[in-house]
Amino acid sequence: MSKKTKSRTVRRAPARSRRGGHAIAASHRLGASELRRIAEKIIKFSEADETEVDVTAVTSALTRFANNTIHQNVAEQGLTISVRAVVDGRTARASTNKTDDESLRRVARAALDLARVQPRNPDLLPMLGPQKIQKVSRFVEATAAATPADRARAVARVCQMADKNKQTTAGIFSTGLSEIALANSRGLFEFYEDTRGEFSVTMLEKDSSGWAKATSARVGEIDCDALAQRASEKCASSRSPREVPPGRYTAILEPPAVLDLVGFLFYDFAGTCVADQRSCFTGRMGKKLFGENISIWDDVYHPLQLGPPFDGEGVPRKKVTLVERGVPQNLVYSRATAKKMKAQPTGHGFSLPTEDGEAPFNLVFAGGNSSAEEMIRSTERGLLITRLWYIREVDPYQKVLTGMTRDGTFLVENGRVAGAVRNFRFNQSIIDMLSNVEMLGPAVRASGEESFDMVVPAMKVRDFHFSEVTKF
Amino acid sequence: MKSWANLAIEKALARGATYADVRVMDIRHREVSTKNGQVGRAGEAESLGLGLRVIAQGSWGFASTDRLTREGVEACVAEAVAIAKASALAKRHDVVMAPEQPYVDTWQNPFIKDPFRIPIETQIAVLLAADAEMRKVKGITLAEGSMSFRRIEQLFVSSIGSVIHQVKMQSGAGIVATSFAGEEIQKRSYPNSFGGQHMLRGYELIEELDLVGHAPRIAEECVALHSAAPCPEGKNTIILDSSQLGLQIHESIGHPIELDRVLGMEANFAGMSFLTLEKLNSLRYGSDIVNVVADARLAHGPGLGTFAYDDEGVPAQCTPIISNGLFTGYLTNRETAAAIGQPRSNGTMRTESWNRLPIIRMTNISILPGDRKFEDLIADTDDGIYMETNRSWSIDDRRYHFQFSTEIGWEIKKGKRGRMIKTPSYSGITTEFWNSCDAICSRDYWTLWGTPNCGKGQPMQTMGTGHGAAPARFRNIKVGVASSKS
Repeated sequence: MSKKTKSRTVRRAPARSRRGGHAIAASHRLGASELRRIAEKIIKFSEADETEVDVTAVTSALTRFANNTIHQNVAEQGLTISVRAVVDGRTARASTNKTDDESLRRVARAALDLARVQPRNPDLLPMLGPQKIQKVSRFVEATAAATPADRARAVARVCQMADKNKQTTAGIFSTGLSEIALANSRGLFEFYEDTRGEFSVTMLEKDSSGWAKATSARVGEIDCDALAQRASEKCASSRSPREVPPGRYTAILEPPAVLDLVGFLFYDFAGTCVADQRSCFTGRMGKKLFGENISIWDDVYHPLQLGPPFDGEGVPRKKVTLVERGVPQNLVYSRATAKKMKAQPTGHGFSLPTEDGEAPFNLVFAGGNSSAEEMIRSTERGLLITRLWYIREVDPYQKVLTGMTRDGTFLVENGRVAGAVRNFRFNQSIIDMLSNVEMLGPAVRASGEESFDMVVPAMKVRDFHFSEVTKF
Repeated sequence: MKSWANLAIEKALARGATYADVRVMDIRHREVSTKNGQVGRAGEAESLGLGLRVIAQGSWGFASTDRLTREGVEACVAEAVAIAKASALAKRHDVVMAPEQPYVDTWQNPFIKDPFRIPIETQIAVLLAADAEMRKVKGITLAEGSMSFRRIEQLFVSSIGSVIHQVKMQSGAGIVATSFAGEEIQKRSYPNSFGGQHMLRGYELIEELDLVGHAPRIAEECVALHSAAPCPEGKNTIILDSSQLGLQIHESIGHPIELDRVLGMEANFAGMSFLTLEKLNSLRYGSDIVNVVADARLAHGPGLGTFAYDDEGVPAQCTPIISNGLFTGYLTNRETAAAIGQPRSNGTMRTESWNRLPIIRMTNISILPGDRKFEDLIADTDDGIYMETNRSWSIDDRRYHFQFSTEIGWEIKKGKRGRMIKTPSYSGITTEFWNSCDAICSRDYWTLWGTPNCGKGQPMQTMGTGHGAAPARFRNIKVGVASSKS
């Protein structure tokens, strides 16, 4: 469902970081005019009734560490040129990463040849003309200018911290940029670029571990030392875990744990998913499903969000209220889904052709004002959860998920953290969970490993079902 | 390909690298899918590029490019060496690799029908015919099908003198029927869930699968699941079909034996492993009848983990992983083999594409067949559940505790298959589970399944792995936890 990314060709003079060294991401930045040049060339070459070109350039570098040393250190650049042809009510797509004229002619012809042999698509709409897109500014020079040496120095400090604390550390520090251009033969041209930094760290001891992670368009906002310190403290606090029996506990879920659970709802908000009768919202729209304190939006313009303000066909993204005070109110729609379901397109469609329709990728949950300390203080007996792992759907309509806790699971008794416990498996309905939220923290940009980043709060949830215990 | 690869090696050494290897990969991909009588995805993609791995100042660096010009390749080399030197800023010791011979070779997996020469409209027609068969069954609310084909041509060149050219052709397909009724969504897939069956073969695989012929059966089973009995809770005997056993092998044997995971290199993301080093040749992993191998050789079959050489230039091998129940082998590369004092890598370094660093991956991790007929296994079971086709899977980050559920199951009572069971589930601890295995079906029931979507590494890489399995029986297993309310 995500945009494919591959490689590129034309290159500018290498940029130099102010701190010295080779700024890998910045050196591969192509810019709107270069992407437009490629797209327009293909549109010119194409003999289709209509032609759409998606050019995506991604440059990323990632420094990976384990056992208190850098063990993998990589850089990649990729450009995908993806062409959709329409002929006689039929459509298909072909992609390449080659930018010589012959390859561009060939990919345009391949898309047309593939389209010609398709059955007619009754849902196919004419391509859009130029659209008015709300500008977002998410390209940060300092992130693009980060060098391998910058990342290595930060990682070296984290490794030294681990050595000093007699712990073992593992993690990643990555920086990069992406550029997306969408153009078509009806004159539409849209461009988006952003930068991303990501730091994730695990600290380990013989029988314990701790974890912390942050992502941002601004690498300067990522405090690697503070995150490592947090992971280290979690690790130290989770020594000598004891086994407590499975059952229903009050769960205090830190934002990454909330994210990885509620992230499984995202496609259920797609109009196509409801039309296909495989969404947990099928037959439940407009009815009270969650607690009063649950409101959810899709909002690409939120200051803590990233991503392009237009969809796979170039429709401007709208802010959509998905759930208001516990009641699912709206879905997101591509153009074709909106037409079928008698709704308005919301700017969330995937690139065509697709059977998946659309999805919201910028979920924002309403937060509250409870601190983690307040949640712990008000809990007689419960579990404090840092992070979850290997979450899978067991029941798609009741939205029951299974998974494990990981890297810092603590027993809370009589209003205080009473020590570390062995990790649990859970089998929990997200619908029930969002009906049982007793306290909410402030909504923050959270990053985990099971879902894309979102803006979510910490949650205190009663009767969370921990079904079994593992060996550590 | 060769000129760019040679240039990369030459320039890397000139810039101070003490070792370098390069992969030039040309990947072609076709994907078609249908849903409820209409075409979903229909497209082709190609990607050509080069990935260079170097050791400089005793540390690793990797860079990739698709700009296959002299300037582009030289810039990529400069980047890789600069990254290696940056790695040395947080170095504990120099990289040491187990020795390996240079090889000059060329290899292509055998196939009969090139799937890219089959008209895409023919492939769509098969999917639409299966789709129509599924929707003929009353109660089916969604019918889906997909096919995927991949041709990977790659040239590996290394500074020790290897020049290895390989071409892999991969095909896969599957169909899914879904039914929504009341407050329940049921699903049946053929020949396997999450994309079907995938192998290193040509279009002949798709023809043999006979998607259209199996469509009515899975659609009928899907609708029947609504009125099936719920999975009982408690301890029971279970028999797993070969596809579910394949995924069980993947999660509870394939991942924990990855030596990079054991040594902590994946601790931040994919996790670690309970198979710490002292367990090699001492841990009773399974019962005496459990024999598992990691076999990348074509002799094992055309699996997604089959090749002639890995992406580090090491020849395909067969490594005993579990021998009569005893844990006997890890998946290694040249670096980790040296780290634990083994003389040679067993050849499991694999990369998703030219822009990714090779890492230790499963090859074909297969349980060897036993001697039982499936019919006899059922007849020999007094009380149990037969479970077929995975529906969900999850395991902890050290690979101890797992929970699986399947799409469908049947009670076994007094040696006969009885009533249907919806969403059967089972859970347990890896070694306890494998030690409870008391029967495995014979070669006649053994299938080499393909898992096309195994994720590992940062940045994430998706890899195809192979898992040969035959139906097998396990005693005293916890069932029904996934649907338990208590």
